[in-house]
Amino acid sequence: MSERLREKLNILADAAKYDVSCSSSGGNRKNDNKGLGNSHASGICHTYTEDGRCVSLLKILLTNHCIFDCAYCVSRKSNDITRAAFTVEEVVELTMNFYRRNYIEGLFLSSGIFKNADFTMERLLRIVKKLRLEERFNGYIHLKTIPGASEELIREAGMYADRMSINLEMPTESGLKLLAPEKTHQQVTQPLGFIKNQIVQFKEERKLIKSTPKFVSAGQSTQMVIGATPETDQEIMQTAALFYKDFSLKRVYYSGYIPISYDNRLPMIGSQPPLIRENRLYQTDWLMRFYGFHVNELLNDANPHLDIDIDPKLSWALRNLQHFPVDINVAAYKVILRIPGIGVTSAKKIVQARKFGKLRIDQLKKIGVAYNRAKYFIKCADSPYQLKDYQGSQIKSFIQAESQSKYLKYDTSQLILF
Amino acid sequence: MENYVFDGSFEGLLCAVFNWFERRPGQVKLQTEAVFQPDAFVPCLHIVNEREKADRVWKGLQASLSKATLRKFYCTYLSELEEGYTALFEFACYLFIEGAAIENNYGNAYVLALSKIAKKVEREKHRMEAFIRFQHNADGIYYCGIDPDFNVLPLIATHFKNRYADQQWIIYDLKRDYGLFYDLSKVEEINIDFNQWQKTTGIASAIVSEKEGLYALLWKDYFKSTNIQARKNTKLHVQHVPKRYWKYLTEKQFKQD
Repeated sequence: MSERLREKLNILADAAKYDVSCSSSGGNRKNDNKGLGNSHASGICHTYTEDGRCVSLLKILLTNHCIFDCAYCVSRKSNDITRAAFTVEEVVELTMNFYRRNYIEGLFLSSGIFKNADFTMERLLRIVKKLRLEERFNGYIHLKTIPGASEELIREAGMYADRMSINLEMPTESGLKLLAPEKTHQQVTQPLGFIKNQIVQFKEERKLIKSTPKFVSAGQSTQMVIGATPETDQEIMQTAALFYKDFSLKRVYYSGYIPISYDNRLPMIGSQPPLIRENRLYQTDWLMRFYGFHVNELLNDANPHLDIDIDPKLSWALRNLQHFPVDINVAAYKVILRIPGIGVTSAKKIVQARKFGKLRIDQLKKIGVAYNRAKYFIKCADSPYQLKDYQGSQIKSFIQAESQSKYLKYDTSQLILF
Repeated sequence: MENYVFDGSFEGLLCAVFNWFERRPGQVKLQTEAVFQPDAFVPCLHIVNEREKADRVWKGLQASLSKATLRKFYCTYLSELEEGYTALFEFACYLFIEGAAIENNYGNAYVLALSKIAKKVEREKHRMEAFIRFQHNADGIYYCGIDPDFNVLPLIATHFKNRYADQQWIIYDLKRDYGLFYDLSKVEEINIDFNQWQKTTGIASAIVSEKEGLYALLWKDYFKSTNIQARKNTKLHVQHVPKRYWKYLTEKQFKQD
């Protein structure tokens, strides 16, 4: 019995690992029923895989049987792999027992599609209901919405899940058509829109009637596969920006494609996943969400691709030297945030600390500013007087000579796949 | 210059601050009894703990500091670092001399030190919340032994109490020889006599519950199958899970397989 369970877990965890969402944050489910679990506002990573990704949730598929045949997916119909499916009880037992031992923050449940969308969605719903109502489980639950499932099922699932997500898969419609002819972006935007409206509606009702239940309190997210199709970084980030705006998403995840198929529409098996590019996309995403950058400032027709050798903030600064140097003793917080080498924490500390007197170089270093990078873009109380105006390319080479980027030792250009 | 020696307790630290304002001795060096070495040429004062004086200083701190800074103050104390005690002492003196809101003056060495040491302690606290792995014992209690760098048990008690409200658990600090026991209604400090128990982070397999082995094994399986070989990045892995924590982690124990 336990051997079969081990086998299922191996198969269905293996198949779920390409979903990159790992967040367990943003939930606010309190343990007020003397049950098990209490969601931590900031989320907790309980361990990290040997590839360095965080493990916060028990991330599994309910089944890897699937009626679809999407070229980028391990569980596609035409792939010759061992198939398995958990029972409702098995998923509940695993979740409870892992949580009790403090292995996980909760459950991330996705599924291949067996029979049809509603049949699958109904199973997922039974699991979350059993966890919440019978087991009094208050840990985090991230539920994948099954494309094409009926609105009643999605709505009910939203009453028990903390987060729901549905993957865009490919950044553009044409890319998706190429690899998954049966799918469209519209199938994704419809439930995203539905859930977003429900979130708004439930919030409105809660203002009037306190006892209105919470609905998907940690919001929605989505994921795009990067590097399987020939989109530019500009197209990718513009899609992301649009989805943040239209569907108030909490997160967009970017998943560097890992070749798993001999399909000739896709990169060959054994080719390296685009890890640096993926990292640059996340940095850009951060700049949009926390640093007040508009996507067009970072990526536009003149610069459709992110630099591989330097980060997007530095890259933007070098293209816009007219905004620098910034005097950190007088500039507004938002302006300070745009200086390379200064992050959110340091920017906040600078704004606090300068009330007590003008800040000097040594103080900036202690506060945590990456001074060797920032020095080309700032003025402070004891900045050395400088005669020369450096060109962007000069500054870039100075910074690169001083920094020990982990990327410098790699070949700096990404392989062209098409 | 004068040496102030205190017993390492929170009360003692606050009394040292009180004493400084009573006597105004100028520059002093604060040390704990544990590390103090008498010096023939430097006068030395042993701080006497008095509850009332400590309370007055603590009230003074509460009145002039934000909640966040008070927490930093307490966390820095829990670091058990000598430089942490010095920073707290100097910070408190600086605060009461200035008598104004200096808590965010990160240009000051002690304000910054407080913030940095507190951050280290908070990180350790967060890691304990992440890396504690309970074992289900035959007597029904979920047990975990730890030996954190800093004394973080007081910081994690509420987290585990709220989270594991329907199971009995023990978290034991083996280094400081005290632990927390939750009995389904409240958390208590306990001391265990390990002459009867084996003093290891794991406990003898005879006393773990029947299902314990299975779930530990399933968790190890899960840890392996969720890894993506093509993205292997050992440096990042070790950065996130420093080796000194591996002994806590079920997924890092391979002997049984």
